[in-house]
Amino acid sequence: MNLTFREAILTFKRAPLLSVLSVTTIAFSLFVLGLFGLVVVNLQNALRDVEERVEVVAYLLPGAPVEGVAQALKDIEAFPEVQSANYVSEDEALARARAELVELRDVMQELERNPLPASIEIKLKPGFRDTDHVSAVAERLRGFGFVDDVRFGRDWVEKLDRLRGLAAAVGIIVGAAFAVVAIIIIGTTIRMAVLQRSREIAIMRLVGATDGFIRRPFLLQGAIKGLLGGLVAIGLSFGAYALIDRYLLQSSFFTQAQAAGIVAFGALIGLLGSTISVGRHLKRV
Amino acid sequence: MIKFTNVFKAFPKGGLALKDVSFHVAKGEFAFLTGHSGAGKSTVMKLIYAEERPTSGEVRVSGYNVNEMRPREVPMLRRKLGIVFQDFRLLEDRTAEENVAFALEVTAARASTISARVMRVLTQVGLAAKAQAYPRELSGGEQQRVAIARSLVNEPTVLLADEPTGNLDERATRGVFQLLRDINASGTAVVMATHDLDLVRQAPYRVIELQEGALVYDSSVDETGGAAPPRDQAVAP
Ligand SMILES: Nc1ncnc2c1ncn2[C@@H]1O[C@H](COP(=O)(O)OP(=O)(O)O)[C@@H](O)[C@H]1O
Ligand SMILES: [Mg+2]
Repeated sequence: MNLTFREAILTFKRAPLLSVLSVTTIAFSLFVLGLFGLVVVNLQNALRDVEERVEVVAYLLPGAPVEGVAQALKDIEAFPEVQSANYVSEDEALARARAELVELRDVMQELERNPLPASIEIKLKPGFRDTDHVSAVAERLRGFGFVDDVRFGRDWVEKLDRLRGLAAAVGIIVGAAFAVVAIIIIGTTIRMAVLQRSREIAIMRLVGATDGFIRRPFLLQGAIKGLLGGLVAIGLSFGAYALIDRYLLQSSFFTQAQAAGIVAFGALIGLLGSTISVGRHLKRV
Repeated sequence: MIKFTNVFKAFPKGGLALKDVSFHVAKGEFAFLTGHSGAGKSTVMKLIYAEERPTSGEVRVSGYNVNEMRPREVPMLRRKLGIVFQDFRLLEDRTAEENVAFALEVTAARASTISARVMRVLTQVGLAAKAQAYPRELSGGEQQRVAIARSLVNEPTVLLADEPTGNLDERATRGVFQLLRDINASGTAVVMATHDLDLVRQAPYRVIELQEGALVYDSSVDETGGAAPPRDQAVAP
């Protein structure tokens, strides 16, 4: 292990230019991937904000029994999809309407009777904010005797569904494409490092080195290059994020776990690229 | 030790490099492998260190059957052999000492013993004083001595030398040849490929001669006593 480490470090010393080139290449490949990741992360955040507003409202018949409604609230909160259920009385509905619809205040003042029904507003847990689940909950609500009507923005939830599907598909396809390109580029730089040392590899074999022994320093070296490239890429991405956040639009950066994930991904493709390059070289010679 | 039985070797692109070659080199023996360039000497060497496999026939080397060897056994065989080439094959960016140590390190030798073993073989080849020199700072003869030290450090039972003096001047040639004789005298078998007939005549060793891939002369078979000069042969350019 010690020797593996020494040989891996020796490569950086002996071919500093090639090493810097490899790390830079890896860094920029991962940077592009990181920028795309930022777009995805911010898109997801935006989607989540929109999702927050998915709501099912059950309007109650006038004169619904208070005890019955209280029991219903408990039952509804026990639905697996439901995050919260909120009772809104007729008076509260009117107060809200007055506050929100300022233009109509005069009309409202003149009303003798409150025309607004009481309702139960239901928010769903994340992961259940799609058409199927929303419809299922709405259907169940209709089963309550004192429920007059159930409303949710069907069109709107369906649109949200499609948007989510599209975002996931684009994320996976473009992300995979970028990842493949990054792996190819990294594999090529490692291949250059392998070719540069092909004479050395031949000599190692002559004196009885096993393939595993020859391979190990390259794998370590690839992983280190990937790791360094990943760190640089995170730095570049942060710079880009800071600029965008300040001058273009407010956005968010990766969480620490996501950033660590990108660095780990760099190390992983460094490892993978060198495994493939060295493996091919050793098999061919 | 080394036994070829009816060995044929054909390369994918090219004709037969070896045709029905049979010979046996015993433990501790010194054998010259002679012949024009292109006669098949290097091919014989490659078969011995399992760089190539015979197309037919059998090659046995110190307990291993090269025909049926699994890839992972090849490094084990090579650790029992010392191999020296015309072009030295040293690592340019390592000192003489590091070049020799390298051969021990790849065999997972105990780190504490490496330095002493390296110095011992460097002393044996007369280069202890230049242990810290890089190959470019050494003459051809000195570089070949480093290569020989490297081949010896694993205490091989056979030393293979493929035209070890091919790149050396007369003086260095004599020095390196004497070194190989000393190594042989201490019990290591030596197989030396060369087309330098002066060298061959100097010593009373076994001679195996190849011509266009065929074994045309073996002093241990063709003449009793073993130490006869080879048949007349032009020195390759
Ligand atoms: N890898 C190879 N592919 C094709 N032909 C080869 C290969 N190696 C050697 N040969 C051929 O085999 C013959 C013997 O070569 P070699 O053993 O190198 O001869 P020597 O070492 O005696 O000069 C030559 O004709 C050479 O061209
Ligand atoms: Mg040759």
